[in-house]
Amino acid sequence: MTDATSNLAQSGEAQFGDYIALLKPRVMSLVVFTAMAGLLVAPVHVHPLLAFASILFIAIGGGASGALNMWWDADIDRVMKRTRNRPIPSGRVTADEALAVGLALSGLSVMMLGLASNWLAAGLLAFTIFFYAVIYTMWLKRSTPQNIVIGGAAGAFPPMIGWAVATGGVSVESVLMFMLIFMWTPPHFWALALFMKSDYKDAGVPMLTVTHGRKATRAHILVYTVLLVPFALALGVTSIGGPVYMGTALLLNALFLKGAWDIWRRDEAQAEADGYATEKSVFKLSLAYLFLHFLALMVQNLVPGFGWELLA
Amino acid sequence: MSFRDDHELHKRRFGRNMALFAVLAGFVVLIFGMTIVRVGEIGPGNESAQEASE
Repeated sequence: MTDATSNLAQSGEAQFGDYIALLKPRVMSLVVFTAMAGLLVAPVHVHPLLAFASILFIAIGGGASGALNMWWDADIDRVMKRTRNRPIPSGRVTADEALAVGLALSGLSVMMLGLASNWLAAGLLAFTIFFYAVIYTMWLKRSTPQNIVIGGAAGAFPPMIGWAVATGGVSVESVLMFMLIFMWTPPHFWALALFMKSDYKDAGVPMLTVTHGRKATRAHILVYTVLLVPFALALGVTSIGGPVYMGTALLLNALFLKGAWDIWRRDEAQAEADGYATEKSVFKLSLAYLFLHFLALMVQNLVPGFGWELLA
Repeated sequence: MSFRDDHELHKRRFGRNMALFAVLAGFVVLIFGMTIVRVGEIGPGNESAQEASE
């Protein structure tokens, strides 16, 4: 590549994949999965094409908020090892382009979700985008160590939106699915922060590990995991629960509690001695925890013969 | 500043434009499908019921 084209590349000659990267595809996959779970376990049938379109627009809305997040956070993304290769800090996409993509896809996704399903679902999606882009990214992320706790709400909305697509409403089941992700987010991210400490510190993001120390973070992981358990189990006794979900939840919550307990009991010397093995394994477990809870919910509701009568 | 037609920049732009075309074509097909389903849900005998509910 000549100098001339190199300069063009720096001024927005991005490839299509760079714009996809702006949408945080890995986060979108979680959004798709949980929104699909919320939609499929709801007791109302949705036409497959409308269901597909709704999930697609929820995913695009999630991606749009990711682009807005990258636009605002380009300065700290340049500092952090994990994020410095993102499209804006690496120079493949300009900040203005990211803003334009984020705003355009936000509007498109909300309007199209309203047309594909209903305006409650569209309103929830609009609020989610606002919450993630403005409340979390612009306000809380850099101002409070509780950023993860409150920001986690943005990631908790997709199953509630999926449920609203099918039912047109909000119910105890969708609120509990929201709470499951909301309460899961802090221990998940704080476990990551324990073994990725230098990144957040260098970027000046007030992660709990930086502001209150690592001992306090370990205690917070345990407390939030204990608070998470009742919500996870309560889902099992709602109309979408059953023995498959309950059995899965009991096992996963026991494992997650044990992991959180182990993290709490360790000190930094022990953690550094084994390369943060426990923290890393709990982080991996937390990924499986959320995935398997929603998978169990789908199996429970989509495979016939797995109701409570199974135990009778 | 001018480039030959087969310059790497043109190839990159072509790839990007083709991908955008595919996305837009998919979007059009999706909107068409959604319209068919939505109209089908109302049905030929249900226009009055739909109007009454609005």
